[in-house]
Amino acid sequence: MVEIAQLHRELVARVLNGKGTAAPGLRRAAFDNAGLGEPIRTLVEKVANHAYRVTDDDVAAVRAAGLSEDQIFEIVVCAAVGQAERQYTSALAALASATGEAHER
Amino acid sequence: MRLEILVRGHRVHAKAIMALIRVFSGHPVVDAVKLAFYRPGFYGGGPLTHEAMRGQSDWSVGERELMAAYVSKANECPFCVAAHSATSSMWYGDQTHVAATLTDVDAAPIDEPLRATLRMLGKLTEHNSVDTDDIRAVLDASVSPQQIKDALAVALAFNITDRLANAFDFTVASPDAMNAGARHLLKRGYR
Repeated sequence: MVEIAQLHRELVARVLNGKGTAAPGLRRAAFDNAGLGEPIRTLVEKVANHAYRVTDDDVAAVRAAGLSEDQIFEIVVCAAVGQAERQYTSALAALASATGEAHER
Repeated sequence: MRLEILVRGHRVHAKAIMALIRVFSGHPVVDAVKLAFYRPGFYGGGPLTHEAMRGQSDWSVGERELMAAYVSKANECPFCVAAHSATSSMWYGDQTHVAATLTDVDAAPIDEPLRATLRMLGKLTEHNSVDTDDIRAVLDASVSPQQIKDALAVALAFNITDRLANAFDFTVASPDAMNAGARHLLKRGYR
């Protein structure tokens, strides 16, 4: 699975810096789950930590704050990819430490 | 689906493909497919998921589908649990052992290397990290470092997908439609 690292890097690059409607700073903040104001903060925090708790109201609040559906789509994707990347990086570092290998990435 | 664009916002080409899927499968298009066809140039998680689930690995397709179902259960994602339980069960030709694994991994009739790997993936998913001891427990169960990497790739793909399925509120389709989806995933994969 040598391709995974590359496919993952490309995915992260697309959602953070690819063509989109949400500003790159907002996408980065959603990816990092950090530095966001309400109501976006609540939506992003739920996507990152307990996405099953996201409600229609969470999405409606962000829409009412002026974000388009495409912007909401983008920040939700960024929040999901960001949290999954932090988990993945943690596990690869633990694997490298357990096997004494140099940690890739 | 919480965003209208994921239902009706697709480009003409994607709409045409989804219409063909409806006709040839005889079932409504499931929400995962609607997401996959929406702005693939932005999200486009298919190639990463396909490589994790169908790329070269010492884990079988059925084992990786079971990992996907297990991670999805830890994320409390009903759509993905149903989809990948169906796919894994179809691959094994046996429903009971996937269900038993999701109910109680410690007692399930599965090999020890897979059991140890599932426990680690569950912890990673629920606690967002694992430590060296967690990985050593998997290595001690005769799982190779490459197999651990391969399993982590499955978890990466589904820790993204599960979050999107829950945030966008995917509807679990009828068992017939989910089984049609499972047949497609075994035949064609995720691209």
